[in-house]
Amino acid sequence: MHHSNAPYTSTTNACKLCKPLGACLAFRGIEGAVPFLHGSQGCATYMRRYVISHFREPMDIASSSLGEKHAVYGGEANLKQGLRNVMHKYEAKLVGVATTCLTETIGDDVPMILKAFRREMEESGVGSSLPALVSVSTPSYSGAHMEGFHGAVRAVVDQFTGDPEVLPPRENRVNLLPGFVSPADTRYLREILDDFGVESVILPDISETMDGPAMEDYAKIPGGGTAIEDIRSMGGSRCTLELGRTIMGTDTAGRLLRERCGVPLHGMGTPIGLRESDVFFSTLKCTLQRKIPRKHTLERGRLVDAYVDAHKYVFGKKVVVFGEEDLVVGLTAFLAEIGAVPVLCASGGESGRFRECIEGVTSGILSPSPEVREGMDFYDIAEEAESLSPDLLIGHSKGFHLAKRLGIPLIRVGFPIHDRFGGQRILHLAYRGTQNLLDRVVNALLEKKQEDSPVGYGYM
Amino acid sequence: MSLEQSVIFDERKDQIHRKGDAPFTMGCNRESLAGAVSQRACVFCGSRVVLYPIADAVHLVHGPIGCASYTWDIRGALSSGPALHRLSFSTDLQEKDVIFGGEEKLYKALVELIDRHAPAAAFVYSTCIVGIIGDDLNAVCARVSREKGIPVLPVQSEGFKGNKRSGYHAACKAMFQLMGKGSTEGISPLSVNLLGDFNLAGEIWIIREYFRQMGIETVANITGDGRVADIRRAHGAALNVVQCSGATMDLAKMMQETFGTPFLRVSYFGVEDMAESLYAVARFFLQRDPAIMDRTRALVREELAVLYPRLQEYRRALEGKKAAIYVGGAFKAFSLVKAFRLLGMQVVLAGSQTGTEEDYQELYEITDEGTIIVDDSNPLELSSFLKEKDVDIFVGGVKERPIAYKLGVGFCDHNHERKEPLEGFVGMLNFAKEVHSSVMSPVWRFVPRSIHRGKEPAFTESLFKAGAECRPN
Repeated sequence: MHHSNAPYTSTTNACKLCKPLGACLAFRGIEGAVPFLHGSQGCATYMRRYVISHFREPMDIASSSLGEKHAVYGGEANLKQGLRNVMHKYEAKLVGVATTCLTETIGDDVPMILKAFRREMEESGVGSSLPALVSVSTPSYSGAHMEGFHGAVRAVVDQFTGDPEVLPPRENRVNLLPGFVSPADTRYLREILDDFGVESVILPDISETMDGPAMEDYAKIPGGGTAIEDIRSMGGSRCTLELGRTIMGTDTAGRLLRERCGVPLHGMGTPIGLRESDVFFSTLKCTLQRKIPRKHTLERGRLVDAYVDAHKYVFGKKVVVFGEEDLVVGLTAFLAEIGAVPVLCASGGESGRFRECIEGVTSGILSPSPEVREGMDFYDIAEEAESLSPDLLIGHSKGFHLAKRLGIPLIRVGFPIHDRFGGQRILHLAYRGTQNLLDRVVNALLEKKQEDSPVGYGYM
Repeated sequence: MSLEQSVIFDERKDQIHRKGDAPFTMGCNRESLAGAVSQRACVFCGSRVVLYPIADAVHLVHGPIGCASYTWDIRGALSSGPALHRLSFSTDLQEKDVIFGGEEKLYKALVELIDRHAPAAAFVYSTCIVGIIGDDLNAVCARVSREKGIPVLPVQSEGFKGNKRSGYHAACKAMFQLMGKGSTEGISPLSVNLLGDFNLAGEIWIIREYFRQMGIETVANITGDGRVADIRRAHGAALNVVQCSGATMDLAKMMQETFGTPFLRVSYFGVEDMAESLYAVARFFLQRDPAIMDRTRALVREELAVLYPRLQEYRRALEGKKAAIYVGGAFKAFSLVKAFRLLGMQVVLAGSQTGTEEDYQELYEITDEGTIIVDDSNPLELSSFLKEKDVDIFVGGVKERPIAYKLGVGFCDHNHERKEPLEGFVGMLNFAKEVHSSVMSPVWRFVPRSIHRGKEPAFTESLFKAGAECRPN
């Protein structure tokens, strides 16, 4: 079994996006925030287009719109002008500045420029109306979109949390750092926490900003998102739950809250499947010393019941899973539980911890372990998939071409979903999300069987 | 302060004109204002959209992954044969490449892709970072071209070095390198190249068929359903027919200068412009083939006989409705203004990302009093215009769609993602159908814009006169 990346120099049909895109998505989940890219105009426009095509929501990303002379003399003047313009027209509470490969390489020191900008504004007497300015370094040649996402979340926490002494402890509140999950997932996570009777700060929260109601006026900044006041007081929360196995033990926002403010950190997998969801619920149960609300034990019970009802349809079915590492880990945990066989777990990301995390969720339930590959593109995935003859693909919509070639169903999950409707409303997490995934997996297999059969089965 | 005042930047005031307010002047062709959330992309985007449909070439993006990821299969530019253009190739530059240079990686990637796909040529796109680290694209391309025996063409498309129009120019320069190389033997004296059509939804096939019926050979599609070998012999065509605002105009000029190929500007959108385009080409060839005008008239007549009765049906429903247009190039806006007029609709906003002074002058001349003309706009402005003008349908691209939909306004995608051809006579019918299917949808009666203006009742209860006893008062 190989563990290394495919031996190609060129990348064909990447299975990852660039780092600043992740940062923009994270910033979009903060109340009153405008994502701002320090770089050339195209980056912002391309990312807007990419994000819009999934969420079908406005996604305004400002840009410092650097031109040739700025690349030579530095982008400071444009960055400041852009910030002033965003302040005046968008009335932002926070401007989240992410760098790009251009500004990283010409060596603009963004934190310093922001400091100077703040000073200038204060001197000219408009300091009080100044939005919070958060910056994150996101050169696209180092890491992919998920690093940008987590980096932005950490930068926000870094900026707003400080001395725990000044905070009254909030015993009945937890911090939840869910990672990049859908608006529907975010709403459901909040519902679970509400049902436990605990207050929560979910950071970021794109449940409304990226899935909002019809409006009479264009909201300069969509409503919703994590309130900055709530972020400021995260250091006083009872604990932090941080989702994603591949980021456990790394320099995350959760770790920062623990180290700086002493907030206990519970790192755990993205809760997909019974066991990973159990970990999520039992962590809440233990830390809060509360019973799991009956509504959720019932949902768990129904999920187990559905596992039983479904088991024959899915047993032994070979699945190729691809996408963001933590999502793939969660999906693999789920597939292993239902008797499907994840034969290839692939990601464009390169955390270096992917294999170990996949082994963590498959050991004892799946043998042998699936092929696990980091740094894959769709050329590599297709090449592997050909020899594995899978029955099913699970991942985002960019796997469509492969699914079509192989003549097998693609279950669309995660981001992006550019060729179907309702990507923002897909539920992936915990018992209810797993139930949704199970229904879709089983139905895809049934549909395939029914379509392929000359019999015309009326009962499946 | 009015809504409009609150969203328009002082720096942009002269890039917005309301017809009838003052003598016409228009600021344009500028760098986008920082922080204004321009709808524009970059130089790379300009090059990428122009060259993208060349289907038998490898298109390798030299840079970090984003530029390639966001342009993977981004346009519905169809091919009748090979489909290499639908793959997204990148050198995916990493930190070490940025520090030590990416030339070696580029060389290896090129060789690997050429060996794998045996393309007719390769285009190598430079991105922002390459412009900074100074990789010698020309040298690597020349080396690979020598070794592999196919054209390997650098495209100087560093994102920050200008705007989309600079990208068009870079693409034209790259294509021009191919020209004059192929044999022009056997090309008809009645022959054209089609420039500036990208074969979205198969449109170039419709246009080629019109020309075929007129007795004209199409030598090269530039670039929809494009082939390298055709472009290499494009200099053998008698005429260049150039559509689209500026994307391939530079190429037409280069060809005129070097090969003496004359060109005509045309548009295939809308009935008037489509017919006039065919007539203009017929007039050009009239001396060589006096019968061509009759054939052209017959063609137009036949098409219109089918089209008009059906258009009238749509017109009856759409008469008096209001439309807003915001597109990449202004040339398309001209045709759209006329097309909406044909449907009895009124254009109240017309704008583009990259129009020139002459473009806006023309827009000014063909639009009605009160129409807002805008250059390089942004979501805040566009949304305030839509609201002010109480628009029924907005025509734009993907980035404009959520602005319209969020406000409860109909939308027509006139850009890369269209699935139905909008060019040609049949395209006008499709356009009318699409506008109709958005404007006439019953969903608009439920959106806040209708409810709050008293056009529609807020809740179903008042429609059915039910539930009155449940109301608190």
